[in-house]
Amino acid sequence: MSDSDKTIEQFVESEYKYGFTTDVETDTAPPGLSEDIIRLISQKKNEPEFMLEWRLKAYRHWLTMEEPAWPNVHYPPIDYQSIVYYAAPKAGKPGPKSLADVDPAIVEMYRKLGISLQEQERLAGVAVDAIMDSVSVGTTLKGQLAEKGIIFCSFTEAVHEHPDLVRKWLGSVVPHTDNYFAALNAAVFSDGSFCYIPKGVRCPVELSTYFRINAINTGQFERTLIVAEDGAYVSYLEGCTAPMRDENQLHAAVVELVALDNAQIKYSTVQNWYPGDKDGKGGIYNFVTKRGKCAGVNSKISWTQVETGSAITWKYPSCILLGDNSIGEFYSVALTNNCQQADTGTKMIHIGKNTRSTIVSKGISAGRGNNSYRGLVKVLKGATNARNFSQCDSLLIGDKCGAHTFPYIEVHNKTSTVEHEASTSKVGEDQIFYLNQRGLSTQDAVSMIVNGFSREVFKQLPMEFAVEAQKLLGVSLEGSVG
Amino acid sequence: MLATTQSKPAQTGEPLAPVAAFDAFEKDGARRFPAWVGELRRAGISRFATLGFPTPRMEDWKYTNITPIAQLPFKPAVNPSPAALAAVDAARFAFAGLGGSRLVFVNGHFAPQLSVITKLPGVKLGSLAATIGSDADLVKQHLGRYASATDHAFRALNAAFFADGAFIFVPKDVTVEEPVHLLFIGGVGEDGAAAHPRNLIVAEAGSRLKVVESCVSAGGGPGLTNAVTEIAVGEGANVEHCKFQDESLNAFHVATIQSSLARGSRFASHSISVGARIARHDVNTLMIGEGVECVLNGLYIASGSQLVDHHMIVDHAQPRCASHEFFHGILGGASRGVFNGKIFVRPGAQQTDAKQTNRNLLLTDEATVDTKPQLEIFADDVKCTHGATVGRLDEDAIFYLRSRGIGHSAARRMLTQAFASNILARIGIEPVRKQLDEFLQNRLDAEIRAVEG
Repeated sequence: MSDSDKTIEQFVESEYKYGFTTDVETDTAPPGLSEDIIRLISQKKNEPEFMLEWRLKAYRHWLTMEEPAWPNVHYPPIDYQSIVYYAAPKAGKPGPKSLADVDPAIVEMYRKLGISLQEQERLAGVAVDAIMDSVSVGTTLKGQLAEKGIIFCSFTEAVHEHPDLVRKWLGSVVPHTDNYFAALNAAVFSDGSFCYIPKGVRCPVELSTYFRINAINTGQFERTLIVAEDGAYVSYLEGCTAPMRDENQLHAAVVELVALDNAQIKYSTVQNWYPGDKDGKGGIYNFVTKRGKCAGVNSKISWTQVETGSAITWKYPSCILLGDNSIGEFYSVALTNNCQQADTGTKMIHIGKNTRSTIVSKGISAGRGNNSYRGLVKVLKGATNARNFSQCDSLLIGDKCGAHTFPYIEVHNKTSTVEHEASTSKVGEDQIFYLNQRGLSTQDAVSMIVNGFSREVFKQLPMEFAVEAQKLLGVSLEGSVG
Repeated sequence: MLATTQSKPAQTGEPLAPVAAFDAFEKDGARRFPAWVGELRRAGISRFATLGFPTPRMEDWKYTNITPIAQLPFKPAVNPSPAALAAVDAARFAFAGLGGSRLVFVNGHFAPQLSVITKLPGVKLGSLAATIGSDADLVKQHLGRYASATDHAFRALNAAFFADGAFIFVPKDVTVEEPVHLLFIGGVGEDGAAAHPRNLIVAEAGSRLKVVESCVSAGGGPGLTNAVTEIAVGEGANVEHCKFQDESLNAFHVATIQSSLARGSRFASHSISVGARIARHDVNTLMIGEGVECVLNGLYIASGSQLVDHHMIVDHAQPRCASHEFFHGILGGASRGVFNGKIFVRPGAQQTDAKQTNRNLLLTDEATVDTKPQLEIFADDVKCTHGATVGRLDEDAIFYLRSRGIGHSAARRMLTQAFASNILARIGIEPVRKQLDEFLQNRLDAEIRAVEG
C-alpha cells in the first residue's frame, strides 16, 4: 500500500470536532406536522395574521407536493410526522436583548466553536446573529448598524417591528410554492435572519449568522431574507454546525436575496453540519433553497460556499439575472468524505441584457463520498450579449468515491457566449512525492494539494472565513500518518 | 416543466397505436421468422406497452418533444412493388469513388436489385432477415444482445417491428478493404409509414471493417425511420462507422447505434446529421475489455424548425480505455440542437482517459441549444475532461480575416465552414469525407446567405 493510500485510509477515521451537545432546557412542540402545529408555532412567536395565513397557504400547498427523487443522493424516506418543528431554548422570555441575557452554557458552546460573541463583537467587528435551534439567541452590534439605518435582526423581530418590509419581500424570490422543501420551510420556519440595507448605504461590517442544531430530533427550518436597496452593499457570512447524534436531522432552510439597482450582495457560507459517523450513521440532511434576484440594473450577487459537513447536501444557490448588466457569481468547494453525499451547484438565469455569470465549482470526494455538481445556465432570448463561464473540477481521493457532473446549458439567442469546462483528477503520487521530498509529511502534502485545488474559491471568502475554511478542510481530511 | 404531451404510458385508456398494430404484424411475421425472433418481438412490444412514448418529463427526452411522432398513424412501411423500386434512383445517393459492396434498403426492406455485393472469403454480407433463415445460430448469438430494449421505448419498438436490415460478419483477422455502404431510402410510396431497420455488425478478433450508413428520403412526405444498429467489435479489431442522415424535412428519424468493444479494439464513429424534422441519435458505447480506443465524432446542422438531438453514453466499464468525443453543431432558423454526452467511469475502471467536447454555433436569435455534457466517475486514477461552448463566431478571427482583405460575409462563411470541416476531417473514408465536405459547404453557404438576407 502506498503512502497516499494509507493517508486515504486515515481520512476515513478522522472525527467530527464540533460534536458536543449543550445541556440547555428547551421549549419544544410535540413532534408531527399539522395545521395545529403551524398555528402553535405562529402563536408562540406572536405573529401577525398575515404570517399565519402565509404559513397555512404554504402547508396546504406542501400537502399536494411530492418529495423530489431526481437528486443524485440516496437516503431512507423521511418521516415528517416524527420531526419536532419547534424547539426554543428556555431563556425566560424569548428574544434576549443583550449578550448578558444569553444562557452561559450557550455562550460556552460558541466559545468552543471559536466564535465567542464578545470576542467577535469587540475585536473582529463582526455582528453575529446567532441562531440555535431556530430562535435567535443574541444579536450583536445592532446599535452601530441602526445608526446607518441598516436593519439586522432575527426574523421574528422583523415580523414584529418591520411587518411592511417582511410582507413586501417575503417569498418574492423563493415563493412558498417553489419546491417541496421550500414549501415545508415556509409553513414551519421558526426563525432566521432579516437584513435590510437602505438606499446608498454600504454596510461597514461583515454581517454574520451562526446556525447550530442542538436538541435531539429537531428539524431546523430557518429563513434568511436580505434586501439591498439601490446602491447598497452588504457582505453576509453564515456558518453552521450540529452536535453528533445517531439520528438524521433535517435542515430545510430558505435564503432569499434581493439586489436592486446598483446594489451588491456577497453571501458566504461555511457549512460544517455533522456529517454522520464513518459508516454513514446519523448526520444532517441539508436540503436548502438559496436564491438571489438581481432585480435592478448593474446589480451583483455573489455566492461563496464551503460545504464540508452534512450527511447529505442538496442545494443550489442561484441567481436570477433580471436587471440589465447584472452579475451573478458562484464559488463553491464541496467536500464529501466517508458516506457523505453532496448534490450541489447553481442556476444562472440570464434574463436581462449584457448579464454575466461566473461559476467555479470544486468538488472533492474521499472515502465513499459521492459528490455531484448540478448546474443550469439558461440564457433567455432577450438576454442579448449574455456571458457565462463555468468551470467545475473534481478531485478524487481513493477508489471508492464518486464524482459526477450534470451541467445543463440552454441558450436561446445568438449573441451570447457560454463556456463550460470540467475536469477530474486525483491527488497525484508524483505531487505527493515532490512535497515529501521537500520535507512535508504525506498528510500535510495532501492537505496542501487539496487547499491549492480549492484556492480559487477560498480567495473569494472574507478573511476570517478563509482561515476557518482552510482549517475545516484540514480537519475533514485529517489522520495521523504512520 | 416543459410542455406535457398526450402520450402517457399505456396503462390507461386505449392501447397505443403500435400496440394495437402488433398482433397483425406478428401473425404475418411468424410465417417468415423463427420462434425465437417472435419472442424478441413480443418482449419488445410488451416493454413498449409499459414505457409508452417518451415525454419531455423524462430526463432523457427533456428537450425533445416527440409528440408529432406519437401522432403518426402507426403503420409498418411496406415493401415497395418492383415497379416502384425500379423508379428509385439509388445511384444519386451513392458516394462517388466508393467501391465495394452497397446494400440498399427501401422502406426498411432489402432491395437486392439495387444492391451490389462483392463476395469476400468468410465475410457474410446481406439482408438480416435472410440471414436469420440461413444462419440462425450466428445471428441468434448477437441479435438484441447489445442494444437493450428495456430502457428505451423506440428500441423496444424496433425490436417488435423490425422487418430487415443489414448483416455484416467479418471473421477473425480478415480485413475488408473497401468500405461497405448501407443505404436506407425511405418515403417510397405511402406517407406516414414507419420503417424499423435493424442492423447487426459483427467484427471478430483482429478484423478490420469500414461501414458507411446513409439514411435518405426518396419522397418528401412524413414518415418515421426508427433504426437500431448493433456493432460488436472483437479483441484487437478495428471498425469505423460513418453515419450520414439527410432525410426529408417532413420525416422523423430516431436511431440507436450501440457498440460493444472488446479488449484492445479500436472503434471510430461519425454521426453527421443534417436532415429530418426531428432527428434523435443515441450513440452508446460499452467497453467490455481493457485498452479500448474509441473516437466518437458528430456534426449537426439544422435550420427552419428542425430539431436534432444526440444522446451519448460512453461507458468505461473496464480500465485503461480511452474515449474522445467531438461534437459540433451549427444552428440556423428556429432550429433546436440538443446534446447530452454522458461518460460513465465504473468502479475499478482505472486509468481511463475520457474527453468530451461539444461546441455550438448559433446563427440566429431564434435558434436554441440545450447541451448537457455529463460525467459520472467512480474511479480515482482517471483523466476526464469535458467542455461545452455555445456562442457566435470569434470576432477576433473575423477581424483577422478582414484585415487581410476578406469581406465580412466571406470571413463568416470561411469560419463557419472551418468549424464544420474540423469534424469532417476526422472521417477516415476519403471519398465519403470529400463528398460530405463539398455537400455541407454548399448547405452552409445557403444557411449563411439566409441569415444575412
